[in-house]
Amino acid sequence: MNRIRTFALLPFIVLLSGCNAVVLHPSGDVAVQQRDLVIISTILMLLIIVPVMALTVFFAWRYRHTNTSATYEPDWDHSTHLELIIWSAPLLIIICLGALTWMATHLLDPFRPIGRTAPGQVVEHGTKTLKVNVVALDWKWLFIYPDYGIATVNELAAPVDEPIDFQITSSSVMNSFFVPALAGQVYAMPGMQTKLHAVINKPGVYEGISANYSGAGFSGMHFKFHGLSAGDFDKWVAEVKSGTDKLSREKYLQLEKPSENVPVIKFGAVDAGLYKAILNMCVEPGKMCMNEMSAIDAKGGLGLAGIRNVLPLEYDKYARRGSTVLGPKKTPVASICTKTNPEGVNVEKTPPKPVKAMPVLGAGLPQPGLSNQSPASQRPSNS
Amino acid sequence: MFNNPDLLKAIFGRLTLESLPFHEPILVVTFLAVALGGAAVVGAITYYRLWSYLWREWFTSVDHKRIGVMYIVLGLVMLLRGFSDALMMRLQQAVAFNGSEGYLPAHHYDQIFTAHGVIMIFFVAMPLVTGLMNYVVPLQIGARDVAFPFLNNFSFWMTAAGAVLVMMSLFVGEFARTGWLAYPPLSNIGYSPDVGVDYYIWSLQIAGIGTLLSGVNLVATIVKMRAPGMTMMKMPVFTWTALCTNVLIVAAFPVLTAVLAMLSLDRYVGTDFFTNDFGGSPMMYVNLIWIWGHPEVYILVLPAFGVFSEVTSTFSGKRLFGYTSMVYATVVITILSYLVWLHHFFTMGSGASVNSFFGITTMIISIPTGAKLFNWLFTMYHGRIRYELPMMWTVAFMLTFVLGGMTGVLLAVPPADFVLHNSLFLIAHFHNVIIGGVVFGAFAGIAYWFPKVTGFKLDPFWGKLSFWFWVSGFYFAFMPLYVLGFMGVTRRLRVFHDPSLQIWFVIAGFGAFLILLGILAFLVQIVVSIRNREALRDVTGDPWNARTLEWSTSSPPPPYNFAFTPVIHDNDAWWDMKKRGYERPLGGFNPIHMPKNTAAGIILAGISVVFGFAMIWYIWWLAALSFVALIATTIGHTFNYNRDFYIPVDEVVHCERARTQLLSGQA
Amino acid sequence: MDATATTMEGVSKTPDVPVFYLEEEHAHAEGGSTMLGFWIYLMSDCLIFACLFATYGVLGGSYAAGPSPKDLFDLPLVAVNTAMLLLSSITYGFAVLAMDKGRVGQTQAWLAVTAVFGAAFIGLELHEFAHMIQEGATPQRSAFLSAFFTLVGTHGLHVTCGLIWLGTLMVQVARRGLIEANKRRLMCLSMFWHFLDVVWIGVFTFVYLMGVLR
Repeated sequence: MNRIRTFALLPFIVLLSGCNAVVLHPSGDVAVQQRDLVIISTILMLLIIVPVMALTVFFAWRYRHTNTSATYEPDWDHSTHLELIIWSAPLLIIICLGALTWMATHLLDPFRPIGRTAPGQVVEHGTKTLKVNVVALDWKWLFIYPDYGIATVNELAAPVDEPIDFQITSSSVMNSFFVPALAGQVYAMPGMQTKLHAVINKPGVYEGISANYSGAGFSGMHFKFHGLSAGDFDKWVAEVKSGTDKLSREKYLQLEKPSENVPVIKFGAVDAGLYKAILNMCVEPGKMCMNEMSAIDAKGGLGLAGIRNVLPLEYDKYARRGSTVLGPKKTPVASICTKTNPEGVNVEKTPPKPVKAMPVLGAGLPQPGLSNQSPASQRPSNS
Repeated sequence: MFNNPDLLKAIFGRLTLESLPFHEPILVVTFLAVALGGAAVVGAITYYRLWSYLWREWFTSVDHKRIGVMYIVLGLVMLLRGFSDALMMRLQQAVAFNGSEGYLPAHHYDQIFTAHGVIMIFFVAMPLVTGLMNYVVPLQIGARDVAFPFLNNFSFWMTAAGAVLVMMSLFVGEFARTGWLAYPPLSNIGYSPDVGVDYYIWSLQIAGIGTLLSGVNLVATIVKMRAPGMTMMKMPVFTWTALCTNVLIVAAFPVLTAVLAMLSLDRYVGTDFFTNDFGGSPMMYVNLIWIWGHPEVYILVLPAFGVFSEVTSTFSGKRLFGYTSMVYATVVITILSYLVWLHHFFTMGSGASVNSFFGITTMIISIPTGAKLFNWLFTMYHGRIRYELPMMWTVAFMLTFVLGGMTGVLLAVPPADFVLHNSLFLIAHFHNVIIGGVVFGAFAGIAYWFPKVTGFKLDPFWGKLSFWFWVSGFYFAFMPLYVLGFMGVTRRLRVFHDPSLQIWFVIAGFGAFLILLGILAFLVQIVVSIRNREALRDVTGDPWNARTLEWSTSSPPPPYNFAFTPVIHDNDAWWDMKKRGYERPLGGFNPIHMPKNTAAGIILAGISVVFGFAMIWYIWWLAALSFVALIATTIGHTFNYNRDFYIPVDEVVHCERARTQLLSGQA
Repeated sequence: MDATATTMEGVSKTPDVPVFYLEEEHAHAEGGSTMLGFWIYLMSDCLIFACLFATYGVLGGSYAAGPSPKDLFDLPLVAVNTAMLLLSSITYGFAVLAMDKGRVGQTQAWLAVTAVFGAAFIGLELHEFAHMIQEGATPQRSAFLSAFFTLVGTHGLHVTCGLIWLGTLMVQVARRGLIEANKRRLMCLSMFWHFLDVVWIGVFTFVYLMGVLR
């Protein structure tokens, strides 16, 4: 198998000698399997592509106008045998490739916990797993380690050969979390959580990027991913923990403001509920959490009573968060945006009608009978 | 009075002097160049007193041939703009290393890659293929014009109006900084409060109306106006691909219209379709836009497939191999193109079953596509291939496109896509299929039908020069991007921090330079051909010894295309006529019923530009005014019942006699 | 034409040389493709509605902790509204019957009745919208309301366009009578009007009935 792989890699190695083709030489087991899939599919397709290209060149040369010795059959335009072959040959290859795709897609589903950390190394139930909450901010990455109570910006570390469970979200726009040496990418989207399960097998420093354009500072939105031995990882955790900086909610709201080419920041402590609040877009005091809103909606909304209760819901509809340069000033009154008033400043002649006496909803207030909601969306749905 | 900000705001909306980009030297220089060039063109037209000729014979023309030519001119002009953007990007990416920021700030660079994508798809590729279809389809099916000639003129001008708005964004305000599909929330008002996304929305909406109507028009034309005897299975393959493409247009563009309308409601009214808060769903935008976006790919490439079919069979001197399977392959592609959209975002986290379903449907599309390729291959087999320019483009296409197809199927394997998605590998892939398929096809088509349009062939020397620059330039420009994709480099980056990447970007930049030479050689080719037109003249109307009906009439064809409606017996109708001793009728002509020219199309499109501009800049009074004008003009146009006339028989006789003389002079 | 005779010889009718062209002017009936073309346009329009329905299907439950269909929709009013539109379709049918018999006055009268029903429909819809907005249930309030206003509003906009078109046609029929071109236009508008009726049945069922009964 290894020899076949080396042989298969040969053209790529020749092509890429001298450059660091990380996708073809990854260091994490998931990425290795994805690389193998790239190569196997390519070989499968080359089975038909190479003959086609060769035939094209051959026919183009053989039947050139000046070659009068070649057969010329101006009215020959059909052959059932040939037709059968030209439809069934690609079909056969696609059947193989389709079967491979079906299996590999299920096996390498990023939401599915990994079954092995390396070929032959099965992950037993209850194996120690590193949990990392990933938040894409404008324009930097925030990594929260819930089990260690620490957080870092633009630096990620993980022990080798230990499964990593990434939970990924974003604060503003869509990004894509991608460490090419570790595993394939997954989108990071605001108000939603995606997942990625991976493992790093070789110690080293790897490049991590956002692979989905997210605005002006996008080019600088990269980080270093450190694969560390177990001992080194503990040291790294201890070092981060020794920092006095604490990532509180206020600090997060500062951090969240757009900034470019941000250096590494380490937080020795993190507000416990922070990630859940980020995911549900309710870090700011007074905001209703997404999961709370979804639960209310699932029960039919709040009726006419909730109609003017919009301020707790407002997140980034009218302006980029954390920026007051372009967006409107915050208004104390829940507002409605109109054509003539795109900033949504309240211009109603009469003040909003009083809402019916109902429990005030919003940030952090528990709603009777609505405890234990699941986060906003475990898996984004595409319907 | 002019110091009153409220008054200024009421008059000019958010348009201020600061909206003009005087602070960007690149744009000022570009503006001067465009202004000088424009002034030169306007001056020349005025000097040679061409305005009234252009207005009478071209701008207001409802002749599908004239409109087809105008589409292609529009596509080529916009190609220059779109390609300038490409050159600027290549230059930026080749120099922005080792701590250098390059020469473009993010604000400018991000507009450039957005504009490049939008322009190349909507205002280069679309006009080129629409132009070819417009010109060729009625001739191929033996019709005098399309089903709705006025609508055709209107469609063209709406497309041009969209292009005008995009060009305006270069000098008044800015274009979107969101990427060519403008995903929210980034494209929503909170993150893109400026006019860029509004330019994007309105130019696409206005051009989209044109595209949709031209789709309706061509479908009706092909279904209703075929010459007697031309059953569906006797239609030329190009007409078949045109039919499928226009069915796709009719079925896909409404989705784009709807999704952009919802985005504009979000931006203008404050609705919550694609917002993060208030229950909106940005993922829905991504789904909807790709439900349009994937068929769009086939809208572009199917007519190119049609061109290659015509060219291969003509220059191989052979009937097309496997006509029936070619037709079925086209239809299967048409249907399947609606079942694959999710492969553009496997990484969004749909379940494994959903991902593999869409991955496998994508792969299935490669089966009919592969069958098509084999059909061309076996058309060449046992042929006598003449390597004129169109055939050279076709062979280059066959070799290039299989590579693009292969990388495409690779990207359709979801786990493989996870490591290659959004990378430069993806960029290389889709340029491989769009340049290798659509652009090569457009050039093949232009070279093939140019003598039909003008009556003389294109100069072969400059054409071959252009061909070799384009093909080699393509490989130099995009093979490095495949490599960079494997190095984990993503798209739309402005600066790099890994110096080992630079060499690849330099090679890619060199490739772009070669393509520039290819484009210049193409322009020189046109000029040289016009100057040497007498030497390149073709009087037969059939310079390539071709097979389909458009070659049976004169070059250029008379306004009425065919003096008598042809009767078809075979799918290579003209070949059949030549073989079985067809004699051109020399008399017995009748007056011919034709549609009248009208200025309504260009006027409506002009008002649409004003309306779009007013909406973009929040100049509400002007928007309301132009909207009312739009409705009033439309209604006014319906009161004109005098829309057709008869070409008197004398004129027909005159036309046909001239051709007889030409033909006999030849003999 | 002295050349006529040669043409007759040119098209020889021997069995081995088939006819390659028609000698008579083979005029496609004027506007012969109009119905097909307009039908294709309607289908594309139908897809716009399909998108808006799909959007409503996705976002219809996102109340953003605000009101739901049960709190907002006034079914009896919508039922009256639906009746208006259905009746207008029937009266348009009568107009077409009168048109086929060539009775200008009767056609105009039925068209006028159709316009009145159509205007009543629009009026009731505007009243409903105004009421909702006054209560605070604006399109900006939640994704559900955005989808609702856009879907129903797009339909209303279509009906409004239909009314303007209807008025234009009435003027044109008055000026030129039931000539071929006007008949064709009336038939196009007829398709458009009935199409809007079918769409409205969808709106009434999926948005209003299922919204309230859910």
